[in-house]
Amino acid sequence: MTPAPLHVAGERLMLDPAGLLAWPARKTLVVGDLHLEKGSHFAQGGRMVPPYDTRETLHKLQLALRRWRPARLVALGDSFHDAGGSGRMAAEDAALLHRLLAGIEMVWVLGNHDPVPPTGLPGTAVEELQDGKLVFRHEARRGPVKPTEISGHFHPKATMPTRCGGVTRPCFIADAWRVMLPAFGAYTGGLDAGDPAIAGLFPRGARVFLLGSDRCYSMPVAPGRAKRPAAGNEAAGTAAG
Amino acid sequence: MGTLPEPFAAWFAGRGWTPRAHQIALWRAAEAGRSALLVAPTGGGKTLAGFLPSLMDLAARPRPGLHTLYVSPLKALAVDIARNLMAPVDDLSLPIRIETRTGDTPQNRRTRQREDPPNILLTTPESLLLLLANPEASEFFAGLGAVVVDEIHALAGSKRGDQLALGLARLGRLAPAARRVGLSATVAHPEPLRAFLSPSGDPADVRLVQVRGGAAPQLSVQLPEGRLPWGGHMGLASAPDIYRRIREAEVTIVFVNTRAQAELVFQALWRLNDAVLPIALHHGSLTVEQRRKVEAAMSDGKLRAVVATASLDLGIDWGAVDQVIQVGAPKGVARLLQRVGRANHRMDEPSQAVLVPANRFEVIECTAAIQAVRHEELDGDPPRPGGLDVLAQHLLAMACAGPFHPDDLFAEVTRAAPYAALTRRDFDDTLRFVEDGGYALRVYERFRKLFRDAEGLVHVRDQRVARQLRMNLGTIVETPMVKVRLRGGPVLGEVEEWFVSTLEPGDNFMFAGQALRFEALDAMSAVVSRGGECELRVPTYAGARLPLSTWLAARVREILHDPRKWRLLPDPVRDWLRLQQKRSALPDRDGLLVETFPRGGRWFMVAYCFEGRLAHQTLGMLVTKRMERMGYAPIGYLATDYVIATWSAFEPAEVEPLFEEDILGEDLEEWMAESSMLRRTFRNIATIAGLIEKNHPGQEKSGRQMTMNSDLIYDVLRKHEPDHVLLRATRQEAAGGLTDVARIGLVLARAKGRIRHMRLDRVSPLAVPALIEEGREWVAGGAEDALLAEAAALVDDVTDGDEVFAGLLADVTEGVRVRAGVVDKPRHKRPDKPRYNRFVRSAPKSVTGA
Repeated sequence: MTPAPLHVAGERLMLDPAGLLAWPARKTLVVGDLHLEKGSHFAQGGRMVPPYDTRETLHKLQLALRRWRPARLVALGDSFHDAGGSGRMAAEDAALLHRLLAGIEMVWVLGNHDPVPPTGLPGTAVEELQDGKLVFRHEARRGPVKPTEISGHFHPKATMPTRCGGVTRPCFIADAWRVMLPAFGAYTGGLDAGDPAIAGLFPRGARVFLLGSDRCYSMPVAPGRAKRPAAGNEAAGTAAG
Repeated sequence: MGTLPEPFAAWFAGRGWTPRAHQIALWRAAEAGRSALLVAPTGGGKTLAGFLPSLMDLAARPRPGLHTLYVSPLKALAVDIARNLMAPVDDLSLPIRIETRTGDTPQNRRTRQREDPPNILLTTPESLLLLLANPEASEFFAGLGAVVVDEIHALAGSKRGDQLALGLARLGRLAPAARRVGLSATVAHPEPLRAFLSPSGDPADVRLVQVRGGAAPQLSVQLPEGRLPWGGHMGLASAPDIYRRIREAEVTIVFVNTRAQAELVFQALWRLNDAVLPIALHHGSLTVEQRRKVEAAMSDGKLRAVVATASLDLGIDWGAVDQVIQVGAPKGVARLLQRVGRANHRMDEPSQAVLVPANRFEVIECTAAIQAVRHEELDGDPPRPGGLDVLAQHLLAMACAGPFHPDDLFAEVTRAAPYAALTRRDFDDTLRFVEDGGYALRVYERFRKLFRDAEGLVHVRDQRVARQLRMNLGTIVETPMVKVRLRGGPVLGEVEEWFVSTLEPGDNFMFAGQALRFEALDAMSAVVSRGGECELRVPTYAGARLPLSTWLAARVREILHDPRKWRLLPDPVRDWLRLQQKRSALPDRDGLLVETFPRGGRWFMVAYCFEGRLAHQTLGMLVTKRMERMGYAPIGYLATDYVIATWSAFEPAEVEPLFEEDILGEDLEEWMAESSMLRRTFRNIATIAGLIEKNHPGQEKSGRQMTMNSDLIYDVLRKHEPDHVLLRATRQEAAGGLTDVARIGLVLARAKGRIRHMRLDRVSPLAVPALIEEGREWVAGGAEDALLAEAAALVDDVTDGDEVFAGLLADVTEGVRVRAGVVDKPRHKRPDKPRYNRFVRSAPKSVTGA
């Protein structure tokens, strides 16, 4: 696993090919939409999809925590698929999550899927977190942002043309003012980075970093048309997942 | 022979008809209370034969209540048959009520039908299951005397057939006295159909009535006047010849193989149509209303020709058709005969049909097909076990009908032929899956859909579950479709969602026989306007359809091997084979010809094995796995009846090790599990089994609704519970698309030491047709990452590591031709633009039905 360095706002950030962002100077690891308990959310509605998504996501997170050994973990919102999600966790999964968070300062940024703090879990819940020249929030704000913004929400993915056709992967998107993280959860799909909802946030173009098996692959993308997103667009962003 | 009782004898005589032997035979079987299977070529008065005994019984002993249930694979057929049956009923003033019940039947009529059933009800397998899932099903079907299954050959062996078989098994319990009648086109193996129909699963319980022959069809091959194309499947070069034949005949059906081809051929014919002949278009993506309009115009004799896909293969009898033209290779002899049978719907006169090959290879296929018809060789798949996904749907439906004991239901479903060999373990696991997902991690206890009472009876939890079942019932899994709507006008039909996603506003495409300009995508549909002068694209339907097998591999191979047989072929084809000889080599009888060449940015390898598609499918898995180990970074492969073609990021420099017998020792399990074939199979199974929604009560269906990606579910389930019943079902079903490894061993042993590797600088003449086949499979492995690394490095080179956020990448990749020669595919964004089209003329509204 070779992380890709990214310099914004004078800070050196590392893009982990597993889909997380590390901020070594602040011993902080940032993870995008976890969507824990999405499986049981569907089961409530009569779709008995396999109940192993939470476990799968936590295992992936466990590996990343071992790699980076952060003092602080920031989850960028939509950490649970719905407000009742934390209450539905299987006992083993809840125990694993407690173990992972032991000795770590946990920050739950609230998202649209989980507008209330998770119950029975350590950590603090915030609408957004500002630390030095960076602000962490769930959904990127339209228009110019200051300070530099780290966000999730849209589950970006991108297609890189190769000589044998396009290859599509989840990706980070970054310009000088913001960094958008891919979704991390096992049952999360993606929204194309060229979609106006995302591209409109990067009016001067951006660089995308596609997730590979052991490194990120980056390419520049042309400025997006800053179109007003269609109604119900938020649903599209998360729904793809 | 015998005579029919009055008033039917008089009715026949009044029309100048004499009862046919098989009509009498079915009547005798019915008198004896026996089930019967009628196998007859098209045009034999099959349907009437199936219904006569019911009409006679009802005429002699009129009574209220449901007497005969008719099930057909097509809604349209049910409607059409109802109309035809009205003739004798009206003529003889019989006290018989005949009604249809399909997905299109309005709710109030359905309710009325349940309260006061007609004597004869015509329906589809899906609507039958809905009736059976109703708590009042036992009263509704109690007096049933007969079940008629039409086009049974088209149902048996499919998932819809599985569903129908389970429905028949339930009918066997509700109405044990009901006899069954199956109506089938000529098939190679009637035994499985007898078993399918049999109330006990034993074929001996069904009387077989076979009608031989009729006159042999007259088939010929039509080559285009000009140059015979090398590749391409569309057959447009022959449009002038097709048009000429349409002018010379009374009524023609032009059959094509794909919907895209239908659009193109239709457009090409109208461009030539100076006489403004009424020529119409018919395919499965047009709206129902449009199709009905075309069908009605056809039966009223208002059309001279209709360009159609498989949507017209079955059913409706138009009588007047005097010519059938098959454009492109006929995929399968049975299908060819079925299509040819649409002309001259009278058994004693020979049907006339013309085969129009689209390229040189298809000339050989057409020649082989004509030989096979002459030798009365039919093809067909052996029966396969029923799917557990369909069983899951059925179990839920039965729970909705009323509480059941698992032992009883197991006994019932194993009386259905496709499930005769079902193990109790698979049954129990499927039932547990329906209850709460059946996962080892039992966390869905609270959400269970079924519960068991103290006596072990299984109940459905609540009405919401029943409602959810009703909305999702069915075994046809469609790729996501988007409606095409004229601005301020009607819906023209549907195209696949991915195709719309490649359109920019202002792009032009051809659909429903018209040139359309894409304007915008609103919540529900793609809004288009008429017009569009150039650069027309044609929607293709990538879907997940399996390619059709031709079963002609052996005959084609013989023709290729033996230059003496080439005299059967027209000159351009002989020249083409000679060119192959010169450029590369001809596949010979004993060895294995393997060609490698670069094309479109990657390396192709084509091996001419001639072992049939199933064997090639397996071999494709094995060979690509070995390629992965050798570092060639395979991307995908294609298995046709004749060849296996692979493509990879790097040149397969050494081909011998790829075909060594020890590739059988490769650890395939993981490799296969990652393949597109298994993923696609899982998606279908998960949808049918009710894991992924088609419709969900209380949720608006929108263009991009909340759906869960089946690939993600598949990956998680595979990792955490590899023995789950859905994964077992997936492997079982996928195995049906593969052939056993022992047979592959023989192929490899034969090839050993006899591989002839031709290294070419471009595609060989013989390889061209193979590379445009449908049914490509993708393989997992390192190729994607290797290509990403390459592309990223290329970008860095050109941009010099500079953060220039502009369209630089486009400049870099501009020169990279992606997948040349292939029609639209969902994996890349902007496929090749089709040719410039200056003289497009849209068909008038009256013809397209728009």
